[in-house]
Amino acid sequence: MWRDHMTEIVIFTLLFVLVSGMGFVAARWRRPTDLQHLDEWGLGGRNFGSWITWFLVGGDLYTAYTFVAVPALLFGAGAAGFFAVPYTVIMYPMVFLVLIRLWSVSHRHGYVTPADFVRGRFGSPLLALLVAVTGIVATMPYIALQLIGIEAVLKTMGLTGESALARHTPIIIAFVILAAYTYQSGLRAPALIAFVKDTLIYLVIIVAIIYIPSKLGGWGAIFDAADAKFTASPAPNDGITLNTNNQLQYFTLALGSALALFLYPHSITGVLASKNRGVIKRNMVALPAYSLLLGLIALLGYMAIAAKVKPLPGATAGTVDSNTVVPLLFDQQFPSWFAGIAFAAVGIGALVPAAIMSIAAANLFTRNIYKEYFKRDATPAQEAQVSKVTSLVVKIGAVLVIIFLDPQFSIDLQLIGGVIILQTLPAVALGLLTRWFHRGALIAGWVAGMSLGMWMLYQIPNAATKRAHFGGSAFPLSEFGFDTKRTIYVGIVAVLVNVLVAVVGTLILNAAKVPHGEDETRDDDYVADEGDPRVQKDLALDGEPAPAA
Amino acid sequence: MTNPPPVRRSDSSPWNWLLIVPVVVPLLTFLYNSEEPRLFGFPFFYWLQFAFIALGVGTTTFVYRMTRPRTAAASATDAPSKGADDVA
Repeated sequence: MWRDHMTEIVIFTLLFVLVSGMGFVAARWRRPTDLQHLDEWGLGGRNFGSWITWFLVGGDLYTAYTFVAVPALLFGAGAAGFFAVPYTVIMYPMVFLVLIRLWSVSHRHGYVTPADFVRGRFGSPLLALLVAVTGIVATMPYIALQLIGIEAVLKTMGLTGESALARHTPIIIAFVILAAYTYQSGLRAPALIAFVKDTLIYLVIIVAIIYIPSKLGGWGAIFDAADAKFTASPAPNDGITLNTNNQLQYFTLALGSALALFLYPHSITGVLASKNRGVIKRNMVALPAYSLLLGLIALLGYMAIAAKVKPLPGATAGTVDSNTVVPLLFDQQFPSWFAGIAFAAVGIGALVPAAIMSIAAANLFTRNIYKEYFKRDATPAQEAQVSKVTSLVVKIGAVLVIIFLDPQFSIDLQLIGGVIILQTLPAVALGLLTRWFHRGALIAGWVAGMSLGMWMLYQIPNAATKRAHFGGSAFPLSEFGFDTKRTIYVGIVAVLVNVLVAVVGTLILNAAKVPHGEDETRDDDYVADEGDPRVQKDLALDGEPAPAA
Repeated sequence: MTNPPPVRRSDSSPWNWLLIVPVVVPLLTFLYNSEEPRLFGFPFFYWLQFAFIALGVGTTTFVYRMTRPRTAAASATDAPSKGADDVA
């Protein structure tokens, strides 16, 4: 019960109150002349330097859920869960040259969201709407997952009642506070809190990887314990290395996840908030420090095996909540005051990305739905106000999902989220590199990729949770008629089909001489940097669209 | 709309091709899918993938430094970065 965890609860609460205070004070940090502008509320004034961006983007991409779920994956399945390391290694060199182009064109034209860019590039409000809706739908369950991260910690501290309401009261309180300071301070709040979050996480992990192995007999013993567990288990695809059947899945999941991450609106928000191209480039060099951290965190899953951690029961009888293995490991191995710090690190780790995600989703709604379809002549101050209110709605939605649905459901949604956000790759990522694609073909590609992805996910059962559909992202190739037990990541197949349809569709539409949309961007927009005379130009999307060059 | 004279700037550089290396190598599972040899108790599978982080950081750092915009004097000559980088 919770009385046994008194020290942990006190320390957790103190740190939580501290960062909440910071969240409110953040409104005055690097104080702008006018917070009533979407650039200020939603992008922190587009003025963050290398250090702030490093903490902000790091705090944004490596979420509490990652810290809880990746080790849980290694705990359950072994080597397959380690895909998170190659995924976050290949990501930065891959987007190195693309993100700086996004930054430049966004600054020249005042774009706040990826859908703004797509609208300007391809002159298609429909395509922009698809990108915006895809972004919002993919982000919502991601926010809900952050709550699951906090919940795993609260559960370990015994702060869970019997009724649904009692179980969720602490989370509701946490989210009300989060919603209030995000409303007031915008992106400045998570940027400031990210310093505390990352410092705590680094501290906890460095202590964990030195202290826990010394108690468990060293790294060799930890890997041996994991090996022994997987050898004994009847599951065919677990083990501390891969087998012939899951290597393709490992490779495609790492690649697909890497392609997807910077398509998420919240990642782009972090990038656009930086003050120049150099900041982004330096961050692409320095952000892999978090990958090292993530790899070490992943191995906590094996430490939990060696320490014989038994996960707490799940929401429905007979299931276990594997997300509790890391909090339980901390609870079991650390003195209670340090476990309190570790729990606070995870809890605060959830707040930073949840704030950025809700801001990103709110910006998408404001710029690409409200402004496009409801109020064309909205002023920047009205945009900021709509975004602030929308960010509240988004958070309330995430809390309701957690309260009324099986948490497993939001994990499934997150899985789907990765697959669907990938379908914006041709319009957003390829669109940054080339104007070759036809807007109609991009829409057709989106429809094809999305339908195929959904169908494939629907086909996947999950033996562990006894569900017939949406049981994972590893699609058996035998379903396509291949005589093999190999599996492949759904997202990769869906996005390949998407690109293929977009290419063929472009050739057909060009041959049929269907007109392209107007491109309001020019080649040199993509290389503009801070101090460019046109960067401060009035936003092209305000009022009527800029005439074509 | 009358365009100001286009600024001759470009991100292209032959050094950028190096970025392919840290994207491709960590995906080649056959390179590291083995338990032996161990290093400090870590199976090969784990420590080699940790080493790829260094490969990624090293390569991006190198490309960043080689393609960094030159000083004001160099950019004033408007030299395309390609030729200059080949010498550097």
